[in-house]
Amino acid sequence: MAGAAGPGTGPVAAGGDGDDSLYPIAVLIDELRNEDVQLRLNSIKKLSTIALALGVERTRTELLPFLTDTIYDEDEVLLALAEQLGNFTGLVGGPDFAHCLLPPLESLATVEETVVRDKAVESLRQISQEHTPIALEAHFVPLVKRLASGDWFTSRTSACGLFSVCYPRASNAVKAEIRQHFRSLCSDDTPMVRRAAASKLGEFAKVLELDSVKSEIVPLFTNLASDEQDSVRLLAVEACVSIAQLLSQEDLEALVMPTLRQAAEDKSWRVRYMVADKFSELQKAVGPKITLNDLIPAFQNLLKDCEAEVRAAAAHKVKELCENLPPEGRETIIMNQILPFIKELVSDTNQHVKSALASVIMGLSTILGKENTIEHLLPLFLAQLKDECPEVRLNIISNLDCVNEVIGIRQLSQSLLPAIVELAEDAKWRVRLAIIEYMPLLAGQLGVQFFDEKLNSLCMAWLVDHVYAIREAATNNLMKLVKKFGTEWAQNTIVPKVLVMASDPNYLHRMTTLFCINALSEACGQEITTKQMLPIVLKMAGDQVANVRFNVAKSLQKIGPILDTDALQEEVKPILQKLGQDEDVDVKYFAQEALSVLALA
Amino acid sequence: MSADIISTVEFNYSGDLLATGDKGGRVVIFQREQENKSRPHSRGEYNVYSTFQSHEPEFDYLKSLEIEEKINKIRWLPQQNAAHFLLSTNDKTIKLWKISERDKRAEGYNLKDEDGRLRDPFRITALRVPKLKPMDLMVEASPRRIFANAHTYHINSISVNSDHETYLSADDLRINLWHLEITDRSFNIVDIKPVNMEELTEVITAAEFHPHQCNVFVYSSSKGTVRLCDMRSSALCDRHSKFFEEPEDPSSRSFFSEIISSISDVKFSHSGRYMMTRDYLSVKVWDLNMESRPVETHQVHEYLRSKLCSLYENDCIFDKFECCWSGSDSAIMTGSYNNFFRMFDRNTRRDVTLEASRENSKPRASLKPRKVCTGGKRKKDEISVDSLDFNKKILHTAWHPAENIIAVAATNNLYIFQDKVN
Repeated sequence: MAGAAGPGTGPVAAGGDGDDSLYPIAVLIDELRNEDVQLRLNSIKKLSTIALALGVERTRTELLPFLTDTIYDEDEVLLALAEQLGNFTGLVGGPDFAHCLLPPLESLATVEETVVRDKAVESLRQISQEHTPIALEAHFVPLVKRLASGDWFTSRTSACGLFSVCYPRASNAVKAEIRQHFRSLCSDDTPMVRRAAASKLGEFAKVLELDSVKSEIVPLFTNLASDEQDSVRLLAVEACVSIAQLLSQEDLEALVMPTLRQAAEDKSWRVRYMVADKFSELQKAVGPKITLNDLIPAFQNLLKDCEAEVRAAAAHKVKELCENLPPEGRETIIMNQILPFIKELVSDTNQHVKSALASVIMGLSTILGKENTIEHLLPLFLAQLKDECPEVRLNIISNLDCVNEVIGIRQLSQSLLPAIVELAEDAKWRVRLAIIEYMPLLAGQLGVQFFDEKLNSLCMAWLVDHVYAIREAATNNLMKLVKKFGTEWAQNTIVPKVLVMASDPNYLHRMTTLFCINALSEACGQEITTKQMLPIVLKMAGDQVANVRFNVAKSLQKIGPILDTDALQEEVKPILQKLGQDEDVDVKYFAQEALSVLALA
Repeated sequence: MSADIISTVEFNYSGDLLATGDKGGRVVIFQREQENKSRPHSRGEYNVYSTFQSHEPEFDYLKSLEIEEKINKIRWLPQQNAAHFLLSTNDKTIKLWKISERDKRAEGYNLKDEDGRLRDPFRITALRVPKLKPMDLMVEASPRRIFANAHTYHINSISVNSDHETYLSADDLRINLWHLEITDRSFNIVDIKPVNMEELTEVITAAEFHPHQCNVFVYSSSKGTVRLCDMRSSALCDRHSKFFEEPEDPSSRSFFSEIISSISDVKFSHSGRYMMTRDYLSVKVWDLNMESRPVETHQVHEYLRSKLCSLYENDCIFDKFECCWSGSDSAIMTGSYNNFFRMFDRNTRRDVTLEASRENSKPRASLKPRKVCTGGKRKKDEISVDSLDFNKKILHTAWHPAENIIAVAATNNLYIFQDKVN
């Protein structure tokens, strides 16, 4: 469509009859078919405006049929359409007409793009709530049946997401049909459909009567859990959690546990991985007794699984597992049944496993208490603090607060310092960056004295690192430290060292001084900024490198608001004016900008 | 060299569609006509359904290398709705294409008259909702996913998993596992690159997923071996579960033994019980339960064994022939030179040589079997080895999944042959 004439640019209406209030809507409707996808998307997002203008009847009889058949579009447009239709009940005349929205959504539910299908299913679920029970059986349930027996895989997968919303309010006869359809989808020829059924099994089970859960859902679950496709079996593990929540302990033991034990020893490492990944949910769902008898032995096996990915997934869950054990007797269980296996993981051959363990192991100290921590966990922390893999060491350091609460950090600090120094000087800059991020936290926990003695020089060294990202992070770090330790500390320890860099022969370091001043001025306050920082900044206005000079202008702009008017008028303004006449065009630009922002021009 | 040299041929799961890829990066899809009672001899002919440019030539600035647009492989996805999907790949980038039909068009604008003139905004007194009217069938191809930047070396194979959500891609040294919905990541599952490249002795030549077992795949090597890997046992499949290699016959050892043992194609049977490998001179059928030797060996063009020296000099010895199974696995087919192709019936043990050429056969006439004369007196219809045209190679062939219809690519021509209807 060629560019439409805007209002008032076309021929003038003779006699002033008619108004152009319909014009914007007309534009929107025509743009539903514009070649430009952004315009189509825009129109779809304003579908409610179009529907309001058309009125409920025309929306039902003309707009919806049009939308039902135009599913040739880009995903974004179809996604937006699916979303809009979910809220359209009012625009088609209220709940009595909600079923009119089903045809376009049914089309969208067969699209191959998963996000669009999922959104269509979501909207269908929403609309189902607005159907009366009669309308549900007359319109919605037939739609679900059509999708469930459709030729295309995509319709059948979408059907899986609709059973749970129409089941509760259906009559008994219809309920039986719905269950029948779900059963056939669970044994569909296509893995894609079986996967969809497996992922909706839990949600469907939740709306069924307990008898049906035991007689129908459990066998379906058992079958899916022994499907030949790995991708189906691993979804059954997730379903296990939901089903377990619905059954009594005896039923669980008889009907579900055999399958779960099988999954924990599945030939495919991906299925075992899922068991490890869902461990906390499973633990909560099966309760303490079964956990003790079955899950803990299974967990021990996962911790020594032959596949590293599985061991890592299990290692991640160690803390949660321990936390979720009932307080009574928990210590003994952990000490006797979990700890021995964890000790093995500290020297695992795979770095991801060790790293996963390091990220949670510290959390055990709060559960085990001071004595056990000192005797049994501390050696493990120290061993991981010396691990060859930087990520392992970083994970220990980032979780020190848990330990601090229980045993105080002094116990660790002797080993901590060499570890920190080594990370701070690692050849890989991303490792150095990570330790800088933790510095404020560490400083807070270790205290200002320890920091000054041992860590201050590190922080200064980072300011002159070869990598810009490090210098930048180091500057930020200083600002956070000043906020923690206060302006007096800043004045005594940091500021002098920063200002000394202003005479460094390397211009990058001189610029770092300016960046530090930018970051620190607010935290340090007016006095320090005016008396100590400002003179240095002004002196650097005469630097021979243009980059330094224009950064001076930028710094003055930044610290200007902190200074008093006298300083601004008498000291800052003349310098900025001089820089405004500089031979370098960037220096001139930033100087003029600073003058105007500070209202000194 | 001509841009329309066909580089890959593949039927879809139903056999109704046949895709070809060429050196110029184009994909042409043929569709089988519905059977028409009034024209009994055109028993489902294949006509062009869609043509699109899949890949364009690219330049890798980092390595100063040109990336060819030639389509190395096409693989269809199982049909999930009214549209059709296929994966096509060149040396570096795999693309997922959607081919869909459009037969309706919207009519009726608000701002324009029927003849296209803009209407006065002030004269718009009523809103018009467009209506959909039928139009001539239009087939559209659109790229839905682009899977790039995961291969250092040239991609030689792609294969879709029976789970319908993942696929593998293989280059000379690595095999990656992809999810069809995720384009920015892939998992490396096989890596045979040695730490020291000077120790490199073999490369991956082809790879395929098992047709039913989602955890099994095989890859063939330039040393004539096939490794079967199980993705269940570990995340990285560097250790194989099975190793298929036929012990070498010491009496036939020559300077060229290793080169001609290089496997150019490996294909599982439809049943999943067997696999077939193609090396330079033969096709071998293996039982997956027996690693020590193949259960069948079929000679494709044994008469070339004495010509290996000249075939080495003109590089033909490095030609990569593909092979394929019939729908019922009872027959196998592979190509040769002089536009000849060979079919072997595994039950009757009979084989035949046929020719794909316009000069030597008329449309709809039965193909006459051909014979190569290996020495001594040449009979009337035979052709001597030295007269074979080595530039006319049939590298790519495909067999319909259910019926006896075959597609044969002869340089830039596509031939489709069917069983004769009696």
